[in-house]
Parts: sequence; C-alpha cells; structure tokens
Amino acid sequence: MESNTVVSASPTSAAGSSVFAHIVQAPEDPILGVTVAYNKDPSPVKLNLGVGAYRTEEGKPLVLNVVRQAEQLLVNDSSRVKEYLPIVGLADFNKLSAKLILGADSPAVQDNRVTTVQCLSGTGSLRVGAEFLARHYHERTIYIPVPTWGNHPKVFTLAGLSVKSYRYYDPTTRGLNFQGLLEDLQSAPSGAIVLLHACAHNPTGVDPTPQQWEQIRQLMRSKALLPLFDSAYQGFASGSLDADAQSVRMFVADGGECLVAQSYAKNMGLYGERVGALSIVCRAADVAGRVESQLKLVIRPMYSNPPIHGASIVATILKDRNMFHEWTLELKAMADRIISMRQQLFDALRARGTPGDWSHIIKQIGMFTFTGLNSEQVTFMRKEYHIYMTSDGRISMAGLSSRTVPHLTDAIHAAVTKVA
Amino acid sequence: MALRRIILGQVGRVGERSVSSWWRNVQPAAKDPILGVTEAFLADPSPDKVNVGVGAYRDDNGKPVVLECVREAERRIAGNLNMEYLPMGGSAKMVEETLRLAYGENSDLIKDKRIAAIQSLSGTGACRIFAEFQRRFCPDSQIYIPVPTWANHHNVWRDAHVPQRTFHYYHPESRGLDFASMMDDIKSAPNGSFFLLHACAHNPTGVDPSEEQWREISYQFKVKGHFPFFDMAYQGFASGDPERDAKSIRIFLEDGHLIGCAQSFAKNMGLYGQRVGCLSVVCGDEKEAVAVKSQLQQLARPMYSNPPTHGALIVSTVLGDPNLKKLWLKEVKGMAERIIGARIALRQNLEKLGSSLSWKHITNQIGMFCYSGLTPEQVDRLTNEFHIYMTRNGRISMAGVTTGNVGYLANAIHEVSKSA
Repeated sequence: MESNTVVSASPTSAAGSSVFAHIVQAPEDPILGVTVAYNKDPSPVKLNLGVGAYRTEEGKPLVLNVVRQAEQLLVNDSSRVKEYLPIVGLADFNKLSAKLILGADSPAVQDNRVTTVQCLSGTGSLRVGAEFLARHYHERTIYIPVPTWGNHPKVFTLAGLSVKSYRYYDPTTRGLNFQGLLEDLQSAPSGAIVLLHACAHNPTGVDPTPQQWEQIRQLMRSKALLPLFDSAYQGFASGSLDADAQSVRMFVADGGECLVAQSYAKNMGLYGERVGALSIVCRAADVAGRVESQLKLVIRPMYSNPPIHGASIVATILKDRNMFHEWTLELKAMADRIISMRQQLFDALRARGTPGDWSHIIKQIGMFTFTGLNSEQVTFMRKEYHIYMTSDGRISMAGLSSRTVPHLTDAIHAAVTKVA
Repeated sequence: MALRRIILGQVGRVGERSVSSWWRNVQPAAKDPILGVTEAFLADPSPDKVNVGVGAYRDDNGKPVVLECVREAERRIAGNLNMEYLPMGGSAKMVEETLRLAYGENSDLIKDKRIAAIQSLSGTGACRIFAEFQRRFCPDSQIYIPVPTWANHHNVWRDAHVPQRTFHYYHPESRGLDFASMMDDIKSAPNGSFFLLHACAHNPTGVDPSEEQWREISYQFKVKGHFPFFDMAYQGFASGDPERDAKSIRIFLEDGHLIGCAQSFAKNMGLYGQRVGCLSVVCGDEKEAVAVKSQLQQLARPMYSNPPTHGALIVSTVLGDPNLKKLWLKEVKGMAERIIGARIALRQNLEKLGSSLSWKHITNQIGMFCYSGLTPEQVDRLTNEFHIYMTRNGRISMAGVTTGNVGYLANAIHEVSKSA
C-alpha cells in the first residue's frame, strides 16, 4: 500500500492544507512591539523609551552586583541540582516574598494566614490569581483603572473574569481623578474585585496620597470590594521598600482579605528570569491551607511548576543580611537616577520654553511618565527623531540619560509646536 | 510588641465575628496523583524507603544528576549576560536548535521557514499553549487522548476548555499496545479530529508502536485528515539516540502531515526545574507560519508575558557548541543505558524469585516508566508495608531503580503479587 498516495480528501481538510490556514497575523503587542520596531531602526540617535526595563546612564541594561554575587554562589555550589520545584515553588522564596511585601512583623504572616505561591513574575501571578478568583470567588467582575498596563485586560479576560473600569487618571491635571475613582468604586456591585497598583502606577506614574489610600480602603471595606494589588515596583518608586508597600500593608492591617501579585523583574533586575509571587491573605490559617491546594490545581495544568533559577537568586539575597542591605542600596541608586532624570527633563523643557505645564514630570513617580503627548505627536517623534514610546505617550524614564535628555527635549518641543 | 499584637489580634477577632472569609467555601483540593507521591515519600522516616514515583532521573546511587555539559554551560553563562526580557516567543537561537532536534538537521521545513515555534514552559507549557490555540482557532474540535496517558494531559486540555475523547492504546492482558482497537478508534473518529500522540517512551506505559505500526497509523491519519499533536518529552531518553527516538515524527513528516509538537528538555537535559521546552506547529507556508507564531505569542502574553531566559541559555549553549553537544549526546546515552540495565536487572530478579507471572513487559517497554500491571491495592501494600512509593496506576519510574535497591524492590513486588 503506497503510504504517499493521495486518497480522496475529506470535506474538512483538503490533502496537505493546514487546519490553521485561515489564521490572520496578530497585531504586534503594543508595548513589546515598540522594542521590535526600535531594533529595526538603523538611526544612530535612536532612543528606546518603550518597555519598562532599567538602563544605566550609559544606556545599558543593568545586572545588580548583588544578583551577580548570588549567581556565583549558586553556580559554585556543586550540591545544587535542577530538580522540579514543588507546584507552589521554592518555599524559602515564598516566605521571604510575603515578608517583603507585608512586612517582617505582619500579623497575617505570623498567624499563617497568608498563602504565597511562586509564579512567573507579575504577569503569571496576576493570571494565576485571576484564574483562582474565576473558579472560587462569588463575583466574576474585576474593576481596572483607566488607564492601566496594556496587558491587564487580556490577563483577566482569558482567566474568565469580566472586566469593567473605574476612573483614575485626569488628563486635565495629569493627576488623580480622585472623585471619579470614589464614585465608580461606590457604584460597583458589592464584592466586586478591584485591581489596585500598589505604587508607581503604570502607565501614568500617578499614585494616591496616603490619606487618599485610607479613604479608598474604607470605601472598599464598606462595600466588601476585594483588593487585588499589582506590586511591580516595590522599592523602585520612592527608593524605600517599606514606603512603597504602605498601600498593601494598610489593607492587611485592618484584618481583611486581599490578593497581592509581586514582581522582581524591575526591583531586582531579574526581568527575563520571570520571578514573582502571588500572596492571598486570608482570615484564617486553615482557609489559607485550602486556598493553597486550589492554587496548585490552577498551576499544574498551566506549566506544572515554576522556574527555579530566578527564585533561587532572590531567596539567596533576601535571606542574607549583607546581601539584602546591598540590594537596598542598589535599588535606591536606580530610583534616584530616575528621579534625577525627571528633574533634568523638566528643567530642560522649561529652559527651552516648550509650551505647556510639564510639572507632572516631576510629580509622577516610578519608571514611567505619562507625557500627555497624543498619538500623532508620538508618531511624529518616532519618524523625525527616532524616539520610541508607546502610542499613549508613556515614556520610560529608565531609558533616559543626561546625554539623551537634550534630544528628547528637542523632540518634545518640535512635536508640541508642530503637531496638533 | 506583644501589646500591639494583642490589640491587632482583637481587631482581627472582631473582624472575624462580623465578616467571615470569602474563601470559607473553598474545598481542599485532591493531591496531585504524581507529585503527591514524592511529598509522601519525603515525609516517610523509614531508612528503606524507595521512590519510584515521579519521573526524574537518578544515578545508580539514587541521586539527582546535573549533566556535565549543563554545568559547563552554566559556568559560561554566569556573569556574562544580562537578564533582559526575552521576546514573547522566547530565545530564537534556542528554538532553532530545538527544532533541528525534532525535525532533523537538514529539515526542509526549517529551511523553508514553515514551522511556527515558540519557547515554552517545558512540555506542560507547550501542551497548554497548543490547547488554548486549538480552542481559539478550531473551536469545534476535540482532542483524542490515549488510554492511559500522563494524568496532567487531561487537566491541560480541560482547563483550555477543549472537550476530550479517548482512544484505545494500552492492552492490559499483553501489557503491550492494543493496536487493533487503536486503529479502529482512529478510523471511526470524525474526519479531521485532533489526536494526542506520545512520540516515544509513552508515559505511563512505556509501550510504543513499532516503526511499521507508526507507518500504518500515519497512513490512516492521512486518510482521515486527522491532526497529529506529538508530545515528545523523552527524545534521546528512550533508546539513547535522539534521531531514533524521533522516528515517529519523521514518518509523519515524510507522509506530508502538518503536525504540532511539544518538546521538553526536562529529562533529556536534566533541566527539570528550569522549565524549558518548545511548541511548534508545521504550516503550509512561511506566511502562515508567521501568522500562527504571532497568535501563539498572543496566548503566551496574558499567561506569563515571555518565557524564562536561564534554561533557554543553557540549551542554546549546549546545542550550539559542537563539543558540548557531543558531550550531551554521550550523557543522554548513558542515562538511557542505565535505565535499560535497570529494566533487565528488575526482570531478572523477579524471575529468579520464582514469580509465576510474566515480567517480559519490563524489558519490552521503553523509556523512564514501566507499567507493572500492579493493582492500586497492591501498590498501597508496597507503600504501607515496604515504604515503596509509586503512582497507584502501578507505574514504576525505572530511573529510581538502582543496583542498591533492585533486590528489595523485586522482593516487595513478588510479595504483593504472588497470590495474584
């Protein structure tokens, strides 16, 4: 029997044609696609202010000294093996991560009311948390701020939640629309899930003040709204790990429940290692135990167990007093450089006499500045000045240096004066 | 401090009286049947305990192994590279080398760029992304899964919301392949059905079709226009020769099938906890491959954004260096040969004990696992009376068998089966 004979084709698939032939090409990811475009550009003055990855003054990626040390310790330890981690990940890493975000003396931690699972950075933590909520929580709606990180809506939708929004950014003040935020949360159904950026809101850099956080907390607790914190910048925003965790700790301190997704991508520079953690703070320890068992059922059919390398680096650093201290210094240095870039850009635009109020550049916090530039202006800056940013006008301050501030200033000035 | 705790505790208690946990209805999840075995093993204090549960390789001293080629690759990597985000599709270099392993060094499909491929979170991650892709673009399709299969396969396609059917595979009476029933199922499935096939070293049975049988299966798939999805988790590990272990895939490719394939480096490179693998889909032409890859990336982005870099670097370092690759091939052969030796030893021991049952299947089966034919009750006796840990379907991980424990293991098996 000739195995290569073309036999009468079935209606569903003509001989040799693909069942996926009808598929159209997906659009580039709006954020990661910026770097793709930047890489293709041959211009010597090109500037990548797209993806939020830290760069040094010289425009180079940075691996923290303390991370290099940890890596060397790991590679030189011949007793280390590469076995599967448990489904929930590295135990040390999980405990230390919970302490880092909730505070070393957090009663929730001491009472064993927190279940923490290692996940693939912030994205993975959010996805696992959302899948858990879609299965076990009585409300399937999540409220996300406008605007928010571009990937948030899809993470929640694919997990089975339905996405609504609450007002957040005020374009006229380039600050927080606090009234709108309170109104929208007030009118949310009781028990709905609310996504909160723990600090350094992405993409706007606009954070509530401590007093505003307290009001948000009271409102949310009065309506039994469930907080899901995205903490991607702890230590990176103000330079202080504790200060940047205040919003989360405020909620945990009132004894209520919440979820926290942590990422070590930025604050430990471990981007590509995909290290993060999901913590669910419960009212009782036995509840936490059962919750953990259900989290495992979400993770196992997704990727079985998380990657070991990055989590081992983090655990090594967090558990060693000296390395931890060194980390806080390197972290503060990164945060300080970004704060100084903000100041330099602001001063340069003022000196240039560029029309408009640019004070939001120094009022906003964290890696990103929401410039207020529109998409035509963004396109103009890309075409004429080879400056790459996301079309919502978000620039990554981490991608700037003293050397490139003048070029960016020129570009903004031109865009604002020439393009509507 | 104590006072503060008391006060906060009281606040918590008040909270508990008035608002109970959102998770109070969460039931404790069943333990994972495979990974739960290792948990139980670790908790056992007996000095005689033997773990033949999870499929992770052990040397003849029962110790996990990090391959020399991997250690060398890690030495080269540490300190030299940054940890930037990989693209959503992962490391292009690693994917290219990985495709060569599955599709052949001189594959025309690779030359013609007809394979859509992304780096995945090991085999599990590859299966999950494919299942989600299948659901999104062939929403009316189901997946045919062999009986038995790796337990997590059911979870993966279920969580991706793809309905499942089964097809006959294992023949309990002969402890071999039920080829006739399998072919009947292939013929009676609706045209254009999706089938999950284990490329080599079927998990959990160790029973593979012969080359002739694979050719017949491939022919019948052509007749019916079925979609073949290969899960290849043991390339190199089964026979010791990666080219030989890929024979089933090569037969299908020769026959012109447009296959899907999940590859894992967990076992054959010992990279278990690094979570490194590859998902590939063969397309009609380059344009289609570009479109399909873009859609695979769209599924990865809301799950984990981009895959972990460390394991991928190890793989591309090893496969990209001719000397390291040679060393790897030698080490893989060594692992496979030790397992083949353990099979021979176990069978000989049982026969020497005068067992009246046939143990031919131990050496007929291939790869990491032996489907012993023991019943769940017999397995429970092995665990409770002899501290031998395996999954209740009677699957023995041969990698856990050593010259040191094979006698004890054979004795125990004989004890629980001699009255059967």
